[in-house]
Amino acid sequence: MEPQLSWYLALSAVLFTIGVTGVIIKRNVIAMFMCIELMLNAVNLTFVAFASFFQDVIGQLFVFIVMTVAAAEAAVGLGIIIAIFRNRESLDVDEASILKL
Amino acid sequence: MENNLLSLIIFAPLAGAAINWFVGRRVRDERFVGVVACGAVAISTLVAFYLAFKPDGALHSEAPLLDHIWTWLQVGTFHADFALAMDRLSGTYALFVTFVGLLIHVFAVGYMHGEQGFYRFFAFLNLFMFAMLTLVLADNFVLMFVGWEGVGLCSYLLIGYYFDRKEAGDAAKKAFITNRIGDWGFVLGIMLTFFVTGSVSFFANPAAGEVTHTALSFFQTRPVEPFTAGAIIAGGATSIAVLLFIGAAGKSAQIPLYVWLPDAMAGPTPVSALIHAATMVTAGVYMIVRCSEIFVHAPTAMFIVAVIGAATALFAATIGLAQNDIKKVLAYSTISQLGYMFLACGVGAFIAAIFHVITHAFFKALLFLGSGSVIHGMHHEQDMRRMGGLRKYMPITFATMAIGWLAISGVPIFAGFFSKDEILWRTWSAPAFGLPSTTFSKLLWAIGAITAFLTAVYMTRMMVMTFWGQERFRDAQAHKQQEPDEHHGPVEPHESPWLMTVPLIVLAVLSTVGGFIGVPYALSSAFTNRNINVLEHTLEPVVATVPPGIHAAEPTSLPGEGAHAPENAPAPVPEPVAHEHSSEEVTAERMLAGVSVLIGLLGIGVGWYLFKNRPLLQMPRLLENKYYVDEIYDAALIRPIESGSREGLWKIFDVGVIDGLLHSIGEAVTEAGRLARYLQAGFVRGYAAIILLGALILIGLFAYLGFQNITPP
Repeated sequence: MEPQLSWYLALSAVLFTIGVTGVIIKRNVIAMFMCIELMLNAVNLTFVAFASFFQDVIGQLFVFIVMTVAAAEAAVGLGIIIAIFRNRESLDVDEASILKL
Repeated sequence: MENNLLSLIIFAPLAGAAINWFVGRRVRDERFVGVVACGAVAISTLVAFYLAFKPDGALHSEAPLLDHIWTWLQVGTFHADFALAMDRLSGTYALFVTFVGLLIHVFAVGYMHGEQGFYRFFAFLNLFMFAMLTLVLADNFVLMFVGWEGVGLCSYLLIGYYFDRKEAGDAAKKAFITNRIGDWGFVLGIMLTFFVTGSVSFFANPAAGEVTHTALSFFQTRPVEPFTAGAIIAGGATSIAVLLFIGAAGKSAQIPLYVWLPDAMAGPTPVSALIHAATMVTAGVYMIVRCSEIFVHAPTAMFIVAVIGAATALFAATIGLAQNDIKKVLAYSTISQLGYMFLACGVGAFIAAIFHVITHAFFKALLFLGSGSVIHGMHHEQDMRRMGGLRKYMPITFATMAIGWLAISGVPIFAGFFSKDEILWRTWSAPAFGLPSTTFSKLLWAIGAITAFLTAVYMTRMMVMTFWGQERFRDAQAHKQQEPDEHHGPVEPHESPWLMTVPLIVLAVLSTVGGFIGVPYALSSAFTNRNINVLEHTLEPVVATVPPGIHAAEPTSLPGEGAHAPENAPAPVPEPVAHEHSSEEVTAERMLAGVSVLIGLLGIGVGWYLFKNRPLLQMPRLLENKYYVDEIYDAALIRPIESGSREGLWKIFDVGVIDGLLHSIGEAVTEAGRLARYLQAGFVRGYAAIILLGALILIGLFAYLGFQNITPP
């Protein structure tokens, strides 16, 4: 059976929802970070699915932009996480609730 | 006729003031400051005399000397320039202002010797001369107002000269604030003049072009307004005249605005002589005479002026009777004499008013400077109860003051006699123009005569207390010695230096012969056939005359057009006839002159009899306390305003409304911020939840509204 567009979209929605739920319920900053990556990739999946469906290359180009931004974001984010961990010996985001160490 | 020397009259004192203020304060040399100040005024004096008396000068020509310095205000049809004009009236005024001012400057150099603020005093005094001469020589109402405010400012500065003494500061504020009330009337009068006439100028200036009529000439073709109370608020000549008179009453210390003048004596004595006796306080009289064209069209206003003047004259004279401070006596005397001048204005005798202004400037400046000399000799003792017997110690001061005393009491040949007699005669014979009937003029005459009597009495009392009798100052000083901070030892009174006595002598001479510039025909005709009333002859062309007889009967009457004198116009005569003195009138005037001589001599006699042996006679408390007018004003006006300001304006309006409004705005912002703060808890997951919520709302919105633009290919 030929894969339908709706299958891809459904999978993407499921991945995105898992990501959102993870960001909201997890306290571990690494886990939250991974959930954010999950959401980004769910969106990427949507992009390629639509690019294939509409036979339009722009959707695929957009995926590259998202991946570039995600890489940059990962670098900065991991840097912050390391800095926080070094100071607090903890990865719990609820403890980092004030704008100082 | 342009004449640029005119500006020198006002700018020389201004330059003197600037030099003393900027240079004199560093040099701190009394000779330098004194020479600059006196020199500046001397230049003004010389120029004023030259311009007035040169062959085609201001006192000889019909047209005024004009000097357009710069165009100041020009808005639409409103036109006010910084321009000076010297006509016969302002020329006469400028002459005595500069000359008496010069004498007082010279006197002050001696009097102020050793004072801390010597340069400051003379800078202010010169500034005053600038303002006063601007007032007098102004070509229009607006510039006159500049001078008017300028003299008010200088008066404030000089009354408060001893600013470390509280009463001097209070007196300065009182003078300034009381004058504000009068200025309110003056400003409104100027505005109304502009609205009615379309001009604020006194003189037509052919060089300026379009002006067809001036603020004054506008009224020449106008009918005389009716003699009713309604005319006051009708917005015509009467309203203007009443408003201008409010201004004059403030500046010239008339009821009810006179209260500042006695307190103004807290200033140094030369200031009292120059500003509060000779020149500034007569500015109100000058203004009314300048605007006589308006006043002769406003019988109601004339009536008010006459009544207020007479009332002030009598009221102040009774208070003067009971004062113990030598300067206070002279202050009330000044108010009383100013009342005389306004009485003269009110009955239409404008020239007599100016005459009295001039003679009063001589003898009152003399008396004030004499009192200054006494105060100086007594080491700043002003209470007459601690004087007595000074005749021996200060012969020149005594002799000159005695001349002033005789002049103000109305003894013949001295200056005061002629002018006072002139006013009384004009009041007696006043036409029923600004007065309900000719009987009323007899009543005003009676008030004037009583005042003349009282004047002689209180001046005699002052002289007796100061110069005759026991020498009371030794006891007083022995008494004072017990006070801890009294630093001089027992002092003998001494005669003042020549810098002070020379001006006294000059003024004494003027007080003696000054009256001969205006000898009325009735008196001079006994000796010569020529009319030697120089002053009347000079001023007649520029001063409006009251139309004779019944109010507003003939709308076409042309006051000020013909050369006629008001004394020729007793009530029944329908048209004034130029220079015709009927024999009955001459007889009547001579008789009245005799009566006023008798009154004066009687007053001196009574004063001598009462006070010669009992100089410390207790006067009625009511008079000594000035009828409690200050207390009444305090209770009726000042306290309510104060408590109204404190309780109402401050505690309710300022604290409640203004502060309340601002505080509630601030509190609203704080409160909103406090609510918004809950959004910023600092929890990353909270922010994530909010972002999610926003995204869901947006998605929901799209889902609900539909994706119309997205269609599959």
